[in-house]
Amino acid sequence: MSLSPGIVPQPISQFPWRIILLVVAIGSFGLVVLYSAAGGSLYPWAWSQGIRFFAFLAMALVLSRVPEGFWALAALPMYVVILLMLMGVEALGAVAGGSQRWLDLGFIRLQPSELMKPAIVLALARFYEMLPVGEIRKFGAIWPAGVLIGLPAALVMLQPDLGTALMITFGGLTVMFLAGIPLRLFIGGALGVAVMIPILVNFVLHEYQRNRVLIFLNPENDPLGTGYHISQSKIAIGSGGIFGKGFLNGTQSHLDYLPEGHTDFALATMMEEWGLLGGLFVIAAFAILIGWGIGVSMRAKSRFGRLTAAALSATIFFYVAINMAMVMGLAPVVGIPLPLISFGGTALMTVMICFGILMSIDRQSRQVQRW
Amino acid sequence: MARIGEAAQTYSFSRRALMLGGVQGAVALVLAGRMTWLSVFENERYQMLAESNRVNLTLSPPRRGWIVDRNNIPLANNRTDFRVDLIPDRVEDKERTIATLQPILRLTPEDVARIRTDLKRAAGFRPVPVLENLDWERFAAVSVRLPELAGVSPTRGFARNYPLGAGVGHLIGYVGAASAEQLKEEKNPLLVTPGFKLGKDGLEKTLEAKLRGQPGAKRVEVTARGKLVRELATRPDVPGETVKLTIDAGLQEYCARRLADNSGSIVVLDCLTGDVLAMVSMPAYDPNSFSDGISQSEWKMLAEDDHVPLMNKVLQGLYPPGSTVKPMHALAILQAGISPQATVHCGGALQVGRRAFHCHKRGGHGAVNMERAVAQSCDIYFYAMARELGYDRFAPTVRQMGLGARYDLPYPSQRYGTVPDSAWKLKKYKQPWTVADSVNASIGQGWVLANPLQLAVMAARLAQGREIVPRLLLDKPHPPAPSMGIDPQHIATIRQCMWAVVNGGGTGGAARLPLPDIQIAGKTGTAQVRAITTAERRSGVLGNAQLPFRLRDHTLFVAFAPADNPRYAISVVLEHHGHINRNTDVGPTARDVMTYLFDRDRAVATLHELEPTWGGTYQERLAKQAEAFEAARAAARAAPPPPVPEDAAAAASNVASAAANATVPVEDAAASQERSE
Repeated sequence: MSLSPGIVPQPISQFPWRIILLVVAIGSFGLVVLYSAAGGSLYPWAWSQGIRFFAFLAMALVLSRVPEGFWALAALPMYVVILLMLMGVEALGAVAGGSQRWLDLGFIRLQPSELMKPAIVLALARFYEMLPVGEIRKFGAIWPAGVLIGLPAALVMLQPDLGTALMITFGGLTVMFLAGIPLRLFIGGALGVAVMIPILVNFVLHEYQRNRVLIFLNPENDPLGTGYHISQSKIAIGSGGIFGKGFLNGTQSHLDYLPEGHTDFALATMMEEWGLLGGLFVIAAFAILIGWGIGVSMRAKSRFGRLTAAALSATIFFYVAINMAMVMGLAPVVGIPLPLISFGGTALMTVMICFGILMSIDRQSRQVQRW
Repeated sequence: MARIGEAAQTYSFSRRALMLGGVQGAVALVLAGRMTWLSVFENERYQMLAESNRVNLTLSPPRRGWIVDRNNIPLANNRTDFRVDLIPDRVEDKERTIATLQPILRLTPEDVARIRTDLKRAAGFRPVPVLENLDWERFAAVSVRLPELAGVSPTRGFARNYPLGAGVGHLIGYVGAASAEQLKEEKNPLLVTPGFKLGKDGLEKTLEAKLRGQPGAKRVEVTARGKLVRELATRPDVPGETVKLTIDAGLQEYCARRLADNSGSIVVLDCLTGDVLAMVSMPAYDPNSFSDGISQSEWKMLAEDDHVPLMNKVLQGLYPPGSTVKPMHALAILQAGISPQATVHCGGALQVGRRAFHCHKRGGHGAVNMERAVAQSCDIYFYAMARELGYDRFAPTVRQMGLGARYDLPYPSQRYGTVPDSAWKLKKYKQPWTVADSVNASIGQGWVLANPLQLAVMAARLAQGREIVPRLLLDKPHPPAPSMGIDPQHIATIRQCMWAVVNGGGTGGAARLPLPDIQIAGKTGTAQVRAITTAERRSGVLGNAQLPFRLRDHTLFVAFAPADNPRYAISVVLEHHGHINRNTDVGPTARDVMTYLFDRDRAVATLHELEPTWGGTYQERLAKQAEAFEAARAAARAAPPPPVPEDAAAAASNVASAAANATVPVEDAAASQERSE
């Protein structure tokens, strides 16, 4: 895992270099895709994304030096701060007369909803760590978690941002599942959701969100409207074949048939040129990364560390799985980018935070071993 | 307890984490499977879709097939056409571009309005026509300024050209841009390609499939917004087929010019094969200006003309054939077993019931036999024969000679007239046939109606006794038509009768050929278009010269030559000519056309001598007429404030389709026949 001591200073040799190299590999491949999406140019996407990528990687390395205990102590206060920021965004939006998702901090436009994805995991892990062992099968183990998930999810839904609300909910539910909440509740819940979906679609979702869901169910109904995204994306992936059309040879992306080819539909841009092999490479790379995360959780010594590591890995998993399913026409278009590959700083930041905390927990477990 | 609980919890966590990992792994497999499905199993389909996204086909109109005469002289061909189009997607500033083009191309406000409307409707790279049929100077002026005119595309294409102009207007028809209905009917992108024209009338319309050809195509790569990226490949067009007609271009032009300022028609047939050598209806529109998109005022002028230039009189004009049916009736009389030497006394009138039927010669012809009856066009002879035999014994012969028949010619509409008999009258009017009906029909009046083509067929069939069928397309070898089995003695008698009309002191002396060894045989005819009242008859029938144009008699002539072994048959029908001008009457016209067939130079010399008397060639007269019409309109406009042309451009583009509808096809001519007493 680490380089031999003596040549490099210990803090640096302690970094899990293999997994960092994997992340760098995925990110670099993403830059190659963005280079092609811009028609063979570093601008406007690849160059700035490259800078962001390495900046956030550096941030992740810094986060990995933070002791696990700090995350456990800070989990709930951070959750509260971010929840307040979410409310602030909502209030700002109401004042400005429109929906707003970000706070302008000058150097960055911060989306609190994005930060909530790791924060909810940390807060719930902390909550279940503090919960006495015997309490897990009682109602007292469920309702506070429900409140912790429900508040931010509802605020994000108001923005309205279905994709992020779903990811916050999934992240929280994952912690609850791992914490040992009885399985029958999840099965019952899943059945309940299955019943609720038609009601949600008809009464809660916004017009455009409802349309996306309906069109997902039958994209051919609307080949030039919202269904256009899915159809063109499938054409890009399908026409790529096994080996792809070759670097810079994609027609769907270069001739603008594929909308959002550098952000949400970057996978389609990539697979048109790199084919099935490119797609399988990305799946395999993320599988290794997520598998490593689950491994970290297994090795973690504290309950907080275990729950956090597994749920943060799951958060990365949700990003990848929802995006890929959406791009390949298996899920509605909900606006979730492919982490480390799609252009944009927000998702990159979230994933790097997750990665940093995972490395921090990993470091803690190895230090404990050494004792 | 707590430690055991913690251990259990850790165990439970590991189990659930593995479960989670398992679910995640399963999802990964599903995603990988989906990828494989799309890119391997559906690869072909999506590759096709990607290609059809990427590649766009730009069509270039095919060169239209030529229409040539029997000697391969073009009647319709293509000339180079300079045109300017706009590619909407590449135009940066529409208004500025139009403003720049307007002075260079001398666009009218009508043009500008049309271009604006078209630009609003058009999208992407489908060109919008700006102006076609440009002269080289304007085309070059646009071409040199291209760098500042993004999206303007000057192209060299082909436009239809009719060397004989109005002389082939009704024979060939014309072409034009596809109408909305045609586009709905035939959903072919070629129809909206700028510069593409399809047949709108006449042969151009009926032979469309042969003449059109295959469009050329340019495969270009385009973006989702229709921007052109690069050209991939081009395929040249396949020109349409050449269509060869039986027409003799020289004769056709000669006939058109020789018709002078008449409203009339000439048909010339080959008596042996039925080949149509000339088929002229004048005055006619100029198909060149129709094909370029005729101006509103030119259209108005043609529509208002009482010489009906928009109607093809050869196939759609129905006339009482008058005395031209007499030789045919004479054949019927012969076939009824009556001797040509049998005589009838003509005293100027014949009493049928309470009505008196008059001969055109008030004093009467005295004793007339068949030859004298035909030569002098004695009405009483035919009245008497019809009264004795009944018209039902004439009608079969009349039909056999081709009246009332519809010929299979490539034209959208024909009117084919009426051969009346007792069964026909009973069916149509629920009344029995009377002797007066027979008497009327016997001189080609009453219900009898025929078009000029049928009269020419009649002359040709009488001349040779062959069952000729007129044909226009020279596509397969055509042997002489079979004999109809008429007694050669009878044919000889009819030829003799008709010879006498022209050469034996008959009514057709004016048609005598100026050639030493060739003689013409024919028959004159005059058809009244108004009732002559008893009072008028008493006070003296008004001469045609005193009557307005519309009330003058039609004059007709059918003939064949040489009289002893006929080769060519002709019919000349002049509407409302009334015999008021000798040079332009049927006799001299038929004479000159026949002369052309045997001694071209002599006929041309005669024409050059006569043409100045009626104002020159048809092109010159059409131009003068247009000028006068414009002047009159300008004068009329000067008085009241000029009306604002609301949608003038749209109106102009509708003219062509209106022209196609102007001649309403009437299949059952009896329904709308023009009665003549």
